Amino acid sequence: MSKVSKVLVIGSGPIIIGQAAEFDYAGTQACKALREEGVTSVLVNSNPATIMTDEGIADIVYIEPLTVEVVERIIARERPDGLLPTLGGQTGLNLAVDLADAGVLDKYNVRSLGTPIETIRKAEDRAFFKKTMADIGEPIPQSTTVTSLDEARAVAAELGFPLVVRPAYTLGGTGGGIVNDMEEMERIVSGGLRASPIGQVLLERCLLGWKEIEYEVMRDGADNCITVCNMENIDPMGVHTGDSIVVAPSQTLTDKEYQMLRSASINIIRALGIEGGCNIQFALVPCPLVGEAWGVKSYDNQYYVIEVNPRVSRSSALASKATGYPIARVAAKIAVGKRLDEIPNRVTGKTTAAFEPALDYCVVKIPRWPFDKFASGDRNIGTQMKATGEVMAIDRSFEAALQKAVRSLEMGGKSLLWEDHHWGEGSYPLEPNDLRAWAIMAAIRRGASPEELSRRTGIDPWFMYRFQNIIDMERRLLSEPLIPDLLWQAKRLGFSDEQTGTLADRLPEQVRGLRKKWGIRPVYKMVDTCAAEFAAETPYFYSTYERENEAEPIEEPSTIVIGSGPIRIGQGIEFDYCSVHSAWALQAAGTKSIMVNSNPETVSTDFDTSDRLYFEPLDEESLRDIAENEAGRGGMPPSIVQFGGQTAINLAEPIVRGGLSIIGSSIEAIDLAEDRHRFEDFLDHLGIPQPPGSAVREVEDALSVAELIGYPVLLRPSYVLGGRAMEIIHSPRELARYMSMAAEVGGGHPILIDKYLEGKEVEVDAVCDGERVLIPGIMEHIERAGVHSGDSMAIYPGLSLSEREVETIVEYTIRIGLTLKVKGLMNIQYVIMPDGDTSTVYVLEVNPRASRTVPFISKVTGVPMVRIATHVMLGKSLKEQGYETGLWKRQKLVGIKAPVFSMSKLMGVDTYLSPEMKSTGEVMGVDYSFNAALVKALSAAGLMLPPGGSILLSIADKDKPEALPIIKMLSSVGYKLYATEGTTEMIEAVDIPVKSMSKKLSEGHPNVVDIILDGTVDGVVNTLSGELTPLRDGFEIRRAAAEKRIPCFTSLDTARAAVDALVNGSQMYTIQPLGDYLRGSKRG
Amino acid sequence: MKKVILILEDGSAYEGYRFGFEEEAYGEVVFNTSMAGYQEMLTDPSYAGQIVVPTYPLIGNYGINNEDIESRRIQVRGFVVREDCPTPSHSGSISTLHEYLNSNGIPGINGVDTRALTRRLRSAGVMMGMITSDSPEGALERLRGLPRYDNIDFVTRVTTEAAYQWEPQGYDPAASYHIVVVDCGVKYSILRILSSMGCALTVVPSNTPAEYILDMRPDGIVLSPGPGDPALPYLEETVRKLIGKKPIMGICLGHQLIGRAFGGKTFKLKFGHRGGNHPVLDLATGRVHITAQNHGYAVDADSLSHTGLEVSHINLNDGTVEGLRHQELPILAIQYHSEASPGPKDTVNSFERFLEMVRGQ
Repeated sequence: MSKVSKVLVIGSGPIIIGQAAEFDYAGTQACKALREEGVTSVLVNSNPATIMTDEGIADIVYIEPLTVEVVERIIARERPDGLLPTLGGQTGLNLAVDLADAGVLDKYNVRSLGTPIETIRKAEDRAFFKKTMADIGEPIPQSTTVTSLDEARAVAAELGFPLVVRPAYTLGGTGGGIVNDMEEMERIVSGGLRASPIGQVLLERCLLGWKEIEYEVMRDGADNCITVCNMENIDPMGVHTGDSIVVAPSQTLTDKEYQMLRSASINIIRALGIEGGCNIQFALVPCPLVGEAWGVKSYDNQYYVIEVNPRVSRSSALASKATGYPIARVAAKIAVGKRLDEIPNRVTGKTTAAFEPALDYCVVKIPRWPFDKFASGDRNIGTQMKATGEVMAIDRSFEAALQKAVRSLEMGGKSLLWEDHHWGEGSYPLEPNDLRAWAIMAAIRRGASPEELSRRTGIDPWFMYRFQNIIDMERRLLSEPLIPDLLWQAKRLGFSDEQTGTLADRLPEQVRGLRKKWGIRPVYKMVDTCAAEFAAETPYFYSTYERENEAEPIEEPSTIVIGSGPIRIGQGIEFDYCSVHSAWALQAAGTKSIMVNSNPETVSTDFDTSDRLYFEPLDEESLRDIAENEAGRGGMPPSIVQFGGQTAINLAEPIVRGGLSIIGSSIEAIDLAEDRHRFEDFLDHLGIPQPPGSAVREVEDALSVAELIGYPVLLRPSYVLGGRAMEIIHSPRELARYMSMAAEVGGGHPILIDKYLEGKEVEVDAVCDGERVLIPGIMEHIERAGVHSGDSMAIYPGLSLSEREVETIVEYTIRIGLTLKVKGLMNIQYVIMPDGDTSTVYVLEVNPRASRTVPFISKVTGVPMVRIATHVMLGKSLKEQGYETGLWKRQKLVGIKAPVFSMSKLMGVDTYLSPEMKSTGEVMGVDYSFNAALVKALSAAGLMLPPGGSILLSIADKDKPEALPIIKMLSSVGYKLYATEGTTEMIEAVDIPVKSMSKKLSEGHPNVVDIILDGTVDGVVNTLSGELTPLRDGFEIRRAAAEKRIPCFTSLDTARAAVDALVNGSQMYTIQPLGDYLRGSKRG
Repeated sequence: MKKVILILEDGSAYEGYRFGFEEEAYGEVVFNTSMAGYQEMLTDPSYAGQIVVPTYPLIGNYGINNEDIESRRIQVRGFVVREDCPTPSHSGSISTLHEYLNSNGIPGINGVDTRALTRRLRSAGVMMGMITSDSPEGALERLRGLPRYDNIDFVTRVTTEAAYQWEPQGYDPAASYHIVVVDCGVKYSILRILSSMGCALTVVPSNTPAEYILDMRPDGIVLSPGPGDPALPYLEETVRKLIGKKPIMGICLGHQLIGRAFGGKTFKLKFGHRGGNHPVLDLATGRVHITAQNHGYAVDADSLSHTGLEVSHINLNDGTVEGLRHQELPILAIQYHSEASPGPKDTVNSFERFLEMVRGQ
């Protein structure tokens, strides 16, 4: 085997449910590892909000759509000799298989490194997998693959219910589920057949109630194998591992069981011939108490192999952070020919990668679900993953790790004490759902026994006893005097000052005071891969209440970067990008960087990203403890709050009140931008227009304000994230409904009510140093105002803006930045309303922090915004950094950012675009012309309409005139039109052929949903009337489109862009590295 | 909860609470990095005379069962944990860790910052320690007056009193070999594995003369693991007389005895190898195996020239000797524990290799 010299790395594309920041972490590590090995890396990814796509990580970076056609052009141009398909999640794996099938890999003589293509097929293709496991004697649950509903019926009759439905080649269990009867089976299997790219699903005997255990295994080319760690899902089989609370290492397994599954893991990775990392999931027979309750009476095997992922995964990111063993880095080195014993363990600096980490702590992971945003979503969890992100916590007891993980979720201060006031005696939601941990706690509090709850939930009693321990401590804190020993015991079980205070009738600050007085403070211990057996150099720490502290203060000048916590809708990977760049900028400026974050998927929590990493919840208590621990000769280090999204900015006020300092924009500036009244006065004072509006607390006030400014109005609670609960309201009745709902969400903060201006939306990110304001670029949204900026497509540069509009925006931005005395980053959203021949620019919102467009704008302009901003905060002016006030030179390229949604995973959630953000990720299309960039953005986002297709139209009356030109265009390029009754009338009136479809699902077939689900149409345009009540009308249409994964446009603006791209966008787009676009060089 | 301390001979003291049997304990304090398998650890005779500290903080989670027993009693002097589980959960569990220690008369201490303790042992080396409710000063003074671990022959304390037979499972006379196991502190797992491979086993006390052993007409001889310093002249003498007569497998202490019998030297490691994650490099194949280990002494590689022995395996972490072979004789010596229990079973084929020698003689 010749040594490879140039390797293509496939990224995972946009963040979607089931595929989040862990692949940026994996890809970044891998590219760095390849560089160390002297191998040139060529990276392709469509997601601009990633570290891996930055200069300095991979050698050559393409930000292009992840399609066979595009990647073939990249391969033809770069001629790599190897391909690393295992670092880009399911996306990367599927694309690698497609490239092999299309003959591209053979044609260009590209070898799949690490995992052979054949192995990917074996692990993913259920029939292959079954045969391989049978050959090596590893038991798998009885199952049969089917490709049609008829086959499925026969198999179900044979195997009996319940059954698990697993579609082949899908991500995060998409399209699968557990079925209990024939009707349910038919529904899920038909969905699963559609979801599987090869139209194949597996029907499998269901092992409900069995323990679910995972192993992370590594193997090198010399057949050396190690397991990195194992993990035990607290939720038994039946809940997707991504939606399970997980603990590492396993807690309830004897060594014999541990070794039995470990040996099986090694057996499997050998049989599959994987060189690199692999994740294996097992079902293990439960304890008798659970077994009896769940019908696990007799069984042929003690365990079954459930699934093998022949690649790095979410679990491997978790395992890397839980152990300190960098799986992706080692996998990349193995892929280019290194043996495990030739790869140094950088944590110890002494040992090699050929060992197994020993943990001397307990790790708990809890998923972060989006149900706080999607109140209408189905909160039950099962085999299809619904979480957008996750948190991890480390401690020396399970209880403490669990409670710290709960704090890390950032669910509005929801500790385990929280109970839903709708829960009554005996009606706790104990079935798998996002609130189950709280429900269990509530049930124990009311006297339910741990054994009884184990029988109900299938969760092993060991975990229930730990929950019971927490409740016992709650009782002690409620009833006993708070003396030092009790407080010490409570802290050792992970009780926060706030929780302790609530129970012991003290304010959190008083508890903190007592801790100080009694010398009860956390110590910080190192994650060193070896349970202290060897001295380690790693700067990776967690807090615990023990005797010895290992984190001595850094004596050089240092600064804390507050990270952004779990990935959630509205706060995604872009803020991790910002945090990482800030840490690097601090180091470049000679300041030690101290990272604090709770998200195991990220680059920021890689132990070598910053000088020191604290894996901790992002709340006031933990930040103050960390700052105090870092207080060396120079006092406590300052914190940066601008880069960690709303999480970090919300911490600014409490930590400053607690005596910490922040650098960058002051608390005053942050508060001014968030406080409606003060901000209104501020803009008035500057003479900058904003939509009329007010901040209100009562329904009556809201009604009178709305009356005054006129409907429609835009409503939102202040101090929230991602347009949470933001709505456009058209009538007093809706307004009253909104106000009663918002009272719950807003947490006591006032509700903001504004005139809704349906104009062109423009967004600006800027860096200010108090004297100068640098504006790298202006972005224009394709959708008009009213669609959340995170869900809009944004174009750089603003192509349709007049010179005067640009000047106005630049001038306003500079004035606002200077007057607010912003130090660092700022984002301003504008809306432009036509006003006769001219137009008026209104300010919608100012955020004195990094926005989600910072990575995008940094990439398309070449201006490293976070680095510049961090240097500004450290006192180096823009001028000293070589930047002047004003708009940065306009680049020759066009960049378009498009949102990506995960709607197929979230049953019951409506998909229409609104002021409340719903997307989970983004992609970027970049080229020299608008049309080419648009084609790329749409195809990367899965919104491209195929040529010569069919489309379903259901247009609200108010939009019909505007829709007509779009419809005419579609017809002119040979699109076959289907429409609902009213829309049909309009189309027929202009003599365009159209087929009318019934909206009423109960009245005959085929109806609108049928033609979506059976593949008759390739896209949907469905606009809403504006009133919220008729929303249900189009709901079924939109859900069907989401499940069928075809584009569904609810904004005519997006639809127009997509049709434009279909009509005008040629396939003549450029494919070249991002840097070439910036240099304006064109070749290939 | 009664407060007690673990005091080390360097004067450092670690606070905790009494669990297990209410008594004082003293011994050499050593740590083990395995994350599971505490019952096997407790019953491993190689821990005789030692106070064992699992580095994993949550111990006792799956209780105590009837299977994970490696000898006829608990062998450790004392047990030091961060947290012992009073409410275990497992199908095989018959008692809690506390009850097990208590009924076997073994003291424990919980609530200890075991990581701090491990860091101390790692940097200062293993040392004598005491679990006590005494004052640190008083305890320290008494501790210094007590006999030191290194000077005691623990093998004679843990070996079987009389020889006994261990019949193979599914006895097949045709395939069967007779193996004599010299019990220096044997683990049942070794017997179970050899037995499952069709061997009839005679387990003999460690002071059994070589002639008696040979009189039993064995097809092969196993020198078992065991506690303490391998500088045991009577055992070296026995081994010397067995060499060349029959194929010999030496495990852990048995491996060290082979080294010494050929004239090699052994030395004490600073803090030993105890855990289930030790990488061992097979010098012949270049392959790395993850092994279970439990040893405080090692064979000195430099002392092996002209002994006919050569190093076959080394530890990847510190380069120390993990296996020996002889240039001519059928001798297989491994410092690690192929029988695992607790630990990975990756090298279980060592026993197969030994049986090949037995077959080939």
